[in-house]
Amino acid sequence: MRHLLSIADLTKSDALSILNTAETLSRASDGPMKKLPTLRGRTIVNLFAEDSTRTRISFEAAAKRLSADVINFSAKGSSLSKGESLKDTAQTLQAMGADAVIIRHSASGAAHTLAQGQWMSGSVINAGDGTHEHPSQALLDAFTIRKHCAHGNDDLTGLRIAIVGDILHSRVARSNVLLLSMLGAHVVLVAPPTLLPIGVESWPVTISYDLDSVIESVDAVIMLRIQIERMTEMYLPSAGEYARFYGLNLDRLARMKTQSIVMHPGPMNRGLEISSESADSARSVIVEQVKNGVSVRMAILYLLLAGNQDLEVSL
Amino acid sequence: MSIALPAPDISRAITRIAHEICERNSGSQLVTLLGIPTRGAHLAQRLAAEIESITGNSVECGTLDITMHRDDLRLRAPRALAPTSIPPLGVEDRHVVLVDDVLFSGRTIRAALDALGEVGRPKTVQLAVLVDRGHRQLPIKADYVGKNLPTSPQQIIKVHLSELDGVDEVLLEEVAG
Amino acid sequence: MSEKLFIKNGTLVDGSKANIHISDGVITAMDTADGVLNDERVIDAKDCILLPGLVDLHTHLREPGKESAETVLSGSQAAAKGGYVAVSAMANTTPVADNASVVEHVFRLGQKAGLVDVFPIGAVTQGLGGVNLADIGAMANSEAQVRVFSDDGHCVSDALVMRHALEYVKGFNGVIAQHAQEPALTKGSQMNEGIVSSQLGLKGWPAIAEEAIIARDILLADFLQARLHICHVTTAGGVEIIRWAKARGIQVTAEVTPHHLLLTDELARSYDAVYKVNPPLRTERDVMALREALAEGVIDIVATDHAPHGTESKECEWQEAAFGMIGLETALPIVNQTMVQTGLMNWEQVAMRMSKAPARIGQYYQHGRDLEVGSPAHITVMNPTATYRVDRDLVASRSRNTPFHGRELPGIITTTIFDGRVTFERSK
Repeated sequence: MRHLLSIADLTKSDALSILNTAETLSRASDGPMKKLPTLRGRTIVNLFAEDSTRTRISFEAAAKRLSADVINFSAKGSSLSKGESLKDTAQTLQAMGADAVIIRHSASGAAHTLAQGQWMSGSVINAGDGTHEHPSQALLDAFTIRKHCAHGNDDLTGLRIAIVGDILHSRVARSNVLLLSMLGAHVVLVAPPTLLPIGVESWPVTISYDLDSVIESVDAVIMLRIQIERMTEMYLPSAGEYARFYGLNLDRLARMKTQSIVMHPGPMNRGLEISSESADSARSVIVEQVKNGVSVRMAILYLLLAGNQDLEVSL
Repeated sequence: MSIALPAPDISRAITRIAHEICERNSGSQLVTLLGIPTRGAHLAQRLAAEIESITGNSVECGTLDITMHRDDLRLRAPRALAPTSIPPLGVEDRHVVLVDDVLFSGRTIRAALDALGEVGRPKTVQLAVLVDRGHRQLPIKADYVGKNLPTSPQQIIKVHLSELDGVDEVLLEEVAG
Repeated sequence: MSEKLFIKNGTLVDGSKANIHISDGVITAMDTADGVLNDERVIDAKDCILLPGLVDLHTHLREPGKESAETVLSGSQAAAKGGYVAVSAMANTTPVADNASVVEHVFRLGQKAGLVDVFPIGAVTQGLGGVNLADIGAMANSEAQVRVFSDDGHCVSDALVMRHALEYVKGFNGVIAQHAQEPALTKGSQMNEGIVSSQLGLKGWPAIAEEAIIARDILLADFLQARLHICHVTTAGGVEIIRWAKARGIQVTAEVTPHHLLLTDELARSYDAVYKVNPPLRTERDVMALREALAEGVIDIVATDHAPHGTESKECEWQEAAFGMIGLETALPIVNQTMVQTGLMNWEQVAMRMSKAPARIGQYYQHGRDLEVGSPAHITVMNPTATYRVDRDLVASRSRNTPFHGRELPGIITTTIFDGRVTFERSK
């Protein structure tokens, strides 16, 4: 594993080794979290061509805890926003000696293009590309679900997980569908028909248009952020109607199974896809997802960067 | 390939080291055993059991993974991490005994001292190993040694423990060619 | 400076052996005897098929405006290398070919290059804006004698504008070549809408966006008794609609590109923008329907939609990249591979789809003629069994955006003869 571009590139054992490594790291950090020297002298670039404070600081915290040098390269004021090509940016980062580039980009496939362009030798980590994938988010979601729902199992066999909302435009959903189903979970996508992609019937999921018929049977529900633009683009009649049919409100929350959890990748639209009461309820693990995100990203950086990738992996 | 240390010798070595630890630390109340995964962790548990049978008191025993502190990570393929579990009383003001199977270059112990430094500040740090095969690359010396085994650098020492390998033995292998 | 040529040991499309004597741009004699005359340059066509020179009805030559990607001269060189003797220069240049002076300029550049006939296609609407009709009559009356009009790259989506365009060109037997793409259904679209686009998170381009316009325009053409040409058909559904129209006797013709006969949307999984094209690569099912339709004649012709782009327009994020692929140099080998070697078509049909029919649709009267005494000497000589590996660094086009780079293709064009002159000859 040199890059992390897509969940589709991972085997189940790759995914489990990331989760297990994250688990070990998170237990170690239950005490006072100290820096580990593992990536001392390595340079990691956060190339964020699209705003995302939480993903950027999560990767930054992960890298810094492993003692890597972190360079933040954000869209505003960077050469990417001045129309510099990805190729020129990559060559610049190569010249600066970047060992890894964590890229967030509004174009689907941007991380692939960066990794395959042979413009730089370092690892490429996809931190969200357009409406394609967000692998580290899926891994932290799987980590969180496993911790709460898997009863000590290694994988997610037998669990029912609903992903609710704008599946069509969600990179979180795409990565989660691949990862959660690979780990043995049964994934239910819940959305109005306009927000489901063509061909979704070929995905390893069940489809539902009705949140009420699904909510009682799931072990975890992942609520996706709904963009206000979807109303003006005529995917939806109104925000109010969306909240009524697909929002997680107190009534639906009350009908969930006793041990089930509520998740959200953030940032939330409180009162739209999720009510404030649901977001702050005892079932909600939304804040814990953020914490787990750091452990999972440390695991990703450790596994991609610490060893010699030219040697056979012996995990 | 020859058996350098058969099962009875391993058992005797552990018993002896347990006695030495108690003797040196005036009992086991202030002792914390930290095994270095994988086999060091099992040896630490055996030592703990032995010390308990000697003193009649339980002894603090945990594990310390040193992977993230290694200086040779980039020379090898990516490694899986092992758990670190520090016993309830922690390491502050304790006599911490690091336990490993084989002492060779000393680099593992160097990494362990770093890892331990992240956890706290023990009163003393001591080192117990089942086998010392020589060829140190760092100024490190074991306090308790099961057996000193003179080797050439090309030879390979393999420690088998019943918990993992079904049998207790230490093997000495010649590298082919 | 017309040469005397003697092509010996060739095979005509009907399978018969032929030796052809050429003088002053005309086929002067054909016989089976190997009798070279004085001052004749001999072209050995052993193992080769002799096709009437290929005619492309859909070519982007980029001049004026984007000479860094292609010029009329470099495009002509690529055409000659691909066995073409005539190309049709699309109107989406800068400035747009929506008036007589631009089409005459392009026409003259073609004559100056002298490697193929360059027939300009005029824009349907001013500036390709889709609102007001371009100077259609003036372009028809110009030195370039434009007969084919297209806003290619843009769809004439307004039904009233399309109606008037179809009616207006009836006055001089012109034809509107429609780029069928309903704009409201393809806003921001990046690739074929389907399983692959959904997995890749690239905005989908539904087949029905193409089919809806094909259906509407066929109904308009029927209603108006006008001629309609559908550019680059890509979907099985579009084929069905055209089949229906032809059965009804509606005057519609259609083209398919070589790349749509071979490539599918699966290639987008690489996110390599060399596979980004308008209309997009579709599915295996569509490819098979297109091959069948071309063999049947439901689709009349193969047209390249040769669309050169500089490297910087392709070496970038998929959604930032330009649409289009070059195709002149590889068209005939692709047709050989997908249609002839599969047994779907014979060489007579290839001659029909790549020379005669496009010449008829474009009303290029000096082209698409059978190879016989008295015909203009436009001849493509190809060895259909020899193979070569496509190398984007060795193309004649100024641009290297070929999706076939690295592929082994069957069919080596050895000689192209345009107007009795050798315009391309493969070095031995």
